[in-house]
Amino acid sequence: MRVKFWGTRGSLPVAATAGEVKKKIIAALEAANGRQFTSNSEIATFADSLPFAVVGSFGGNSSCVELIGASEEHVICDIGSGARPLGHAKLAAYGPGKPQTYHFFVSHLHWDHLMGLPFFVPIYIPGNRIVMHGCHPDLEAAVRLQMSAPCFPVDFSQIGATVEFDILEPGRDYEIAGFKVRAKLQLHSGDSYGYRFEQAEKSVVYSTDSEHKLENRAEQHTFIDFFRKADLVIFDTMYSLADAITVKADWGHSSNIIAVELCQDAEVVRLAMFHHEPIHDDAKLCSLLDETRRFEEITRDGRAPLEILSAYDGLTVEL
Amino acid sequence: MQLTVSQHASATIVAPVGRIDHASADAFLAQVQTLLATHGPDSPPLLLDFSAVDYIASVGLRALMVSSRQAKSSGGKIAIVALQPLVQEVFNIARFNLVIACFDTLESATKELSACE
Repeated sequence: MRVKFWGTRGSLPVAATAGEVKKKIIAALEAANGRQFTSNSEIATFADSLPFAVVGSFGGNSSCVELIGASEEHVICDIGSGARPLGHAKLAAYGPGKPQTYHFFVSHLHWDHLMGLPFFVPIYIPGNRIVMHGCHPDLEAAVRLQMSAPCFPVDFSQIGATVEFDILEPGRDYEIAGFKVRAKLQLHSGDSYGYRFEQAEKSVVYSTDSEHKLENRAEQHTFIDFFRKADLVIFDTMYSLADAITVKADWGHSSNIIAVELCQDAEVVRLAMFHHEPIHDDAKLCSLLDETRRFEEITRDGRAPLEILSAYDGLTVEL
Repeated sequence: MQLTVSQHASATIVAPVGRIDHASADAFLAQVQTLLATHGPDSPPLLLDFSAVDYIASVGLRALMVSSRQAKSSGGKIAIVALQPLVQEVFNIARFNLVIACFDTLESATKELSACE
């Protein structure tokens, strides 16, 4: 199984500013330190040696994560703005002449998790099949609303693909596109749902827009069970712990500290920090990753190490 | 987790020992809240001596946040002193130095908090 991240940003899409690009160029030139390059490949090799915050970027698309398993049908968590490049990649791979089936698992109905659908080009191609899975009874109404006047110029009724809505029951196991799938209710304004996917003895949990109340240990145990021994947990680490339990309490998001503690208790193999705070630039997100790895190290207490990564747009994780 | 309380002219010193985790955070909070119940603007500062605390989990940090809020609501002063290096790191990563005042020593805490009066 592979997991590909198409959108990792929280709340709304962002783009790097001119100032941030300039900082990267300055850092790269400082690292080159006057060195002469004799070929493009030498420059590329040098670029690859630079830190991620200099040569790379977390990107700015909102939530969209693809699970690539054994089935030919496509499985995608959330339809944030990352669905736009995902749709282009699918068109490039399959073209309009080979109808495809796309399964979207929707965590909740907030705009940043749905906004990519009108820009997901396969929905305009007859023959394609779109299945929207979610636990919100008003999933279809929300999808139709964002593709209606005055929100968007193309009405939902004009799309060419066939669209089905599949309302799931939390806590129940389903077999969908070759995955065993289970949804779990999460604490977020208007409710959100996490999804656990299992296939061929590998498991992925997609758990974003989920607040964890430290005073509710019983609820934390339900998440430990949901995450239990997962190969990858994709977790909302938008805020610091201090912010998450003080000024941003009840905003519906969590922290790197809670992520590590829950994953340690659940014996998770790998944690992906996700739903990045839009105000954080690449350097800040790299620094948060370093801190989170350090926190895991100093709180490991004899447990197996928890591998930690910070998801970025374009990252593929092989399980 | 053990906890001792000693009254001094310039401060009330609460000294927990060991881990403040899921097993001990509730009891720690209850004891601090009991002390804070009689804490007011005219009381000497309540100083949490963390020199013997070698681990704090998120629930322990929440207990500190709740204690800090209670102290502020009654006009009292609360601070942490003598964090061990690893616990200091946890505070920094969790950004808890922004939630509750931290000092290196009891002397610096009492001096600073007295100056705020």
